Amino acid sequence: MANLYSETSRPERVNKNLVPKEETIRFLLDYSKALSVIDYNKLKFEALLN
Amino acid sequence: MKQSTSCDALLVSDYMNGNEAALCELITRHKDRIFRFIYSKVYDKDVAEDIFQDTFIKVIRTLKRGAYNEEGKFLPWVMRIAHNLVIDHFRKNNRMPKFENNEDFNIFSVLSDGALNAEKQIIKGQVEEDVRKLIEELPDDQKEVLMMRMYRDMSFKEISEQTGVSINTALGRMRYALINMRKIIDKHNIILTN
Repeated sequence: MANLYSETSRPERVNKNLVPKEETIRFLLDYSKALSVIDYNKLKFEALLN
Repeated sequence: MKQSTSCDALLVSDYMNGNEAALCELITRHKDRIFRFIYSKVYDKDVAEDIFQDTFIKVIRTLKRGAYNEEGKFLPWVMRIAHNLVIDHFRKNNRMPKFENNEDFNIFSVLSDGALNAEKQIIKGQVEEDVRKLIEELPDDQKEVLMMRMYRDMSFKEISEQTGVSINTALGRMRYALINMRKIIDKHNIILTN
């Protein structure tokens, strides 16, 4: 019988405990709160309000 | 699964209408899967973290601009953004490969920064200030020629035309200016080095 040389694809080999840092998530949520998009004459301006 | 995607659609719609908590729920729901997807491509936790962050920054900006067309496919859309950013990362790295130092060789031993550091900049400023003071001590005719030559970058022909003296006189005044400055420097033991 032929040998199977196939390897488990990479995503399955990735450690299940790998998660993004809490501070990255917090940054994204804060960024979202701070970002406001202003519509003006069909133009969109982004403003980051701190 | 069907319910999950429709919930995503609802959360996206809520978020686009200003409900920030909906974004929190969307991120919480998909963060692990997206992060592991990125890590499986780049195999570097810090790089994965950066790409994960950039992915969601794109998501947030697109949603806030109202540029997202809801077709019930939030997660595949985010995965596509992450995938494109991973490709960008590898393209960038091909153009400018990352170099990691090891014990045998440190890249900074052959690369140097030509810019002056803060201390050298201060010393350079002091030296230039001292030279200006020395120039002030020169007789007016010598000072005039030296200022025109060194600070205004004029040729001796231009200097002679402007001051109304011959080129030889201008050259002589420049020579005496330098001799006199050296004399003052020697006499007062002034150190002008950087």
